[in-house]
Amino acid sequence: MKKIVLVLLLLLGLSSCSSDGAQKHNKGVYMLVDTSGTYTHELKKAQQIINYILSQLESGDSFVVASIDTGSFSEKDIIAKATFSDRPSKANQQKRAFVKVVDNYVKHVKSSPYTDITGGILQATEFLNEKDTASKTILIFSDLKEELKKGYMRDIPLQLQGYKVVALNVTKLRSDNVDPRKYMARLKEWKEKVEKGGGEWEVINDLERLDKLLKQ
Amino acid sequence: MQIPDFMMIISSSQGLSVVLWIVIIMMLLYMARKPAHEVILSASKVLFHAFHLIAASIFLAEKKLKERNKEVLLADGKEATERIIEREFERIDAYVKKDLAQFPTLQRDIRDNVVKIDEDYQQSTEIPPSPPGWTKAIEPIASIPPSEDSMVVEILKSIRDTLDKGQQKALEAYRTSSKLRHSYLSKMIPTLRQINKSIGVLDKNVQVLLDRSATVDRHMDEYYEINKKSDKAAQMLSSSSLTQFFISGFVLAIAIGGAFINFNLIARPMQEMVGGSVYMMGFRVADIAALVIILVEISMGLFLMESLRITRLFPIIGALEDKIRVRMIIVSFVFLLLLASVEAGLAYMRELLSADDAALVAGLLGGAAADGVEQSGRWITTAAQMGMGFILPFALAFIAIPLESFIHSSRTVLGVLVAALLRFSAVLSRFLGNLSRYIGKSLVNFYDLVIFFPLWIENIVTKIEAKNSSKEELKETEKKEVQKKAPARKPRKTASKEQTDDKTKDVS
Repeated sequence: MKKIVLVLLLLLGLSSCSSDGAQKHNKGVYMLVDTSGTYTHELKKAQQIINYILSQLESGDSFVVASIDTGSFSEKDIIAKATFSDRPSKANQQKRAFVKVVDNYVKHVKSSPYTDITGGILQATEFLNEKDTASKTILIFSDLKEELKKGYMRDIPLQLQGYKVVALNVTKLRSDNVDPRKYMARLKEWKEKVEKGGGEWEVINDLERLDKLLKQ
Repeated sequence: MQIPDFMMIISSSQGLSVVLWIVIIMMLLYMARKPAHEVILSASKVLFHAFHLIAASIFLAEKKLKERNKEVLLADGKEATERIIEREFERIDAYVKKDLAQFPTLQRDIRDNVVKIDEDYQQSTEIPPSPPGWTKAIEPIASIPPSEDSMVVEILKSIRDTLDKGQQKALEAYRTSSKLRHSYLSKMIPTLRQINKSIGVLDKNVQVLLDRSATVDRHMDEYYEINKKSDKAAQMLSSSSLTQFFISGFVLAIAIGGAFINFNLIARPMQEMVGGSVYMMGFRVADIAALVIILVEISMGLFLMESLRITRLFPIIGALEDKIRVRMIIVSFVFLLLLASVEAGLAYMRELLSADDAALVAGLLGGAAADGVEQSGRWITTAAQMGMGFILPFALAFIAIPLESFIHSSRTVLGVLVAALLRFSAVLSRFLGNLSRYIGKSLVNFYDLVIFFPLWIENIVTKIEAKNSSKEELKETEKKEVQKKAPARKPRKTASKEQTDDKTKDVS
């Protein structure tokens, strides 16, 4: 009898280990897509990146695609989100559905007048903190030029401990062509902002290097 | 290089301070020379003895381990030889039961055949023809010359005809009897062949039996050697054990490779059953489940081999009643079969998942062109995976055999390795002991080298003292010689004795 109780206790201990362990292996990816101005033309590239990420994610991982809009600190900007099922076949179905939603969005996207990147990052951190994933990655598909609507306050320090923030396809604006220092200053400013918040910063402009995206 | 302020004896000159410090240290070391020498020498001696003691203990341990290794080796060898002899006897028993059980039948056949041959032989013997006396009686009549008398001619002719007929009849009878005899003889040939065949079978059987008995004799000789605990037997078993260790290790490595392939075959579809994102102690539960299935298969294989008495890892299984053992064989085989079927199913599921993954990735990354390649030989891979999933569990069941050899031989090999390690440690310990002794002596010399200056002075002083003392000794010797040369006076003791004698005389 004592042995049975001992075995049961052991199993209980192991099951408790499993519940803790599950959160230490899944990945959380939040992708912010800039839809302001001419950046809507770049959405095909964003779609490629989304598809690539979907092919890399596994069961238990979470993926969200949200647009950077006038006020991005809102759930209404989430285009598609999914936490993939434990069963690989179900997870594949979810991925297919995800692709369809993104496809639909790209076809009917409307250009936004403002770019609230900070709001988007805040929304991403809130979502990923809630999911409590083992690795947290925020992808920003934007030119990184923040344009806020009048009255919007975004002078908030970011809390990005344990986050990896990757800027993707940071296109050069017309003004950047005239004065490249502006482009460099923009990258530097975001780098400082992210690192000040405790996050890790990276820029990937070459889409051939996407394999580095989800590496920790 | 600066020396600290508190060490500055003469504040103006650093060099002088250093020299003074050297002198002071030298003096102090000179003063402490004797106790320092004693400390160094006694420490080195202690280390020397300690290391030698350790070496002796290790040598003792090594000796005991060697004895234990020999005991283990001989016990294992004895058990193995007993098993082989037992098996040989079982074979002989089975052989005797199967083949030599026919011996009485064979013997009866041979006897019957011999009786038959004897009868045929009897039948085939030539019967002597009846004595031809009447022919002789007729001969004088037949020899009568032909005459004119028709009567006589007629008589003679009839006699001749009768004679000819008789001869012909006799010849025919002889021929018939010869034919009959020959038929008996020809009947004997298959019987003789049959006897030859039976004797051949018997000879073969006896030869096999002789070969088996020779094998038993050989093993019995080995067994006697092992029982005598001779070094020859130990050496023979040791080399055999090493060979077994390497061979079984090699086979086990192959089996581990097979288990790894098996694991990869079922780990992915297991995610479909137990979930792909659940972890236990840092490992994916699906992987653990796949591993557990493989381990259960290996366990079932072990039980099967044990129940079949091929291996003897669990003596309790071998000692079970035959009825229960047979049940165990059936149960373990059925489990193995079920697990193999489950694996085949999982392998099929794996193929489906792989196809689904490939289709998804192709869709996501725009690889529609992959369709043609994907479909062409899909059934082959599916069939191959299912086949592997079904066969590998049975193949893994045979791990029990090399595993048993490996476990038994590793005891010996580990013993030999530990013994070698102990010997090396003992030698190292002795070396360190000797080294510490010589280091002690070297340190004493080095100490003297450091205080060479006061020693040099001491040496000079000692020499002068020695010179002076030798002069004094010389003077003393001369004085003694002069005293010896002076006239010898009567010793006082003798005079007093004489006086005592005189007094004694007076009293008397």
